Amino acid sequence: MQDSVKPEGITPSQTVGPFFKYGLTPTGDYAWNDAFTNSTLTPDVSGDRVRIEGRVLDGDGATVPDAMLEIWQADAQGRYADPQDRRALPNASFRGFARCGTDKDGNYSFDTIKPGALPDPDGKPQAPHIVLAVFARGMLRHLYTRIYFSDEAGNAADPVLALVPADRRTTLIAVREAGKAVYKLDLRLQGDNETVFFDV
Amino acid sequence: MTFIYPTDSNKAHPLPLSPEYKSSIKRAPNKPLIPMRHTLSELTGPVYGHETVREGDNDLTTQHKGEPLGERIIVHGHVRDEDGRGVSNTLVEIWQANACGRYVHVRDQHPAPLDPNFTGAGRTLSDASGYYRFVSIKPGAYPWGNHHNAWRPAHIHLSVFGHSFVSRLVTQMYFPGDPLFPFDPIFNSVPDEKARMRMVSSFDLENTKPEWALCYRFDIVLRGKNATPMENH
Repeated sequence: MQDSVKPEGITPSQTVGPFFKYGLTPTGDYAWNDAFTNSTLTPDVSGDRVRIEGRVLDGDGATVPDAMLEIWQADAQGRYADPQDRRALPNASFRGFARCGTDKDGNYSFDTIKPGALPDPDGKPQAPHIVLAVFARGMLRHLYTRIYFSDEAGNAADPVLALVPADRRTTLIAVREAGKAVYKLDLRLQGDNETVFFDV
Repeated sequence: MTFIYPTDSNKAHPLPLSPEYKSSIKRAPNKPLIPMRHTLSELTGPVYGHETVREGDNDLTTQHKGEPLGERIIVHGHVRDEDGRGVSNTLVEIWQANACGRYVHVRDQHPAPLDPNFTGAGRTLSDASGYYRFVSIKPGAYPWGNHHNAWRPAHIHLSVFGHSFVSRLVTQMYFPGDPLFPFDPIFNSVPDEKARMRMVSSFDLENTKPEWALCYRFDIVLRGKNATPMENH
């Protein structure tokens, strides 16, 4: 048996490297099954079904074909599928997590539902958003950011967007395509129009 | 600001830009990360159970018709938080090169043989005490193009979830006494030596199985909640 001495610190992060696909996002290309897909949709989930898509770009503007993105979000009523969210349980079998590897052209996409607004620790409303983690070769630790939606009036009063200089907020806001349930957001790891990443 | 998960713990991690590791130069943000208070979105995380993990997914030596070549190993340990509490029922995913240092990934062009009996991927759930266990073969070191005569020390990649989205960890487990440690910019991207050594497993003779497999212990420590009570939840 192990004693439960307090550890001297956490295990440091290391890069996901270039060769994670067969283990984490095989999607039929390798002799291994996927634990997760790029969809959070379940047959019984309520809410507006949307697609979020875009590209991942490096500091030269080159597409990143070996990134992995993970999203975590609330359901359409703004509730997380985790018992640590002690409000009402989320609907249906919705779990709110998905994973996507970028393709050879640096594209990603997620099929999900639009999350509802939810409170911040002071009880103020946070606009609908999705938490996003970005992993890639060259990234020694993953980066955290958020995806907001261009057609949400609540963005103006969102307490997290308010922390971001006004001229950088657009890097967090996925833009709805006219007439479609599709939102576009490119992630720029470095340089002009660099995506805002959060220290959490 | 009240942080439920102390952010000081993040000092153990590498900085985003580590110029010795060439791939980080164009992929690290130039602008500082923006600090923010943790909200429900950061303090919760996905919950996955046994339906995600099939029986035998933690044994990388039995996924094909024959047995893979190489030294059979057991890798086990506990997933804990930084206060020492076991992290129960959390998903641990691994992937690794074969005994020759070759990955099955299509872009790995290292001229070492693939092993038809080894894919190199596994997953398991920690138990109620945080304990996890894999059976595999010891991965080989392999060359890479970072600099002249660059070789990665043998390692197993690990992905662990923990109990919130901020406890998410992807890391690499190394083997004790590897002569390549001083020369590897990825290993040395962790600035603090003690933190660096937390990525090195220890040889576990007590749990080595006679006539069958060497055992290595690797305890994984995730960020944990401090004593500050959660507000408004």
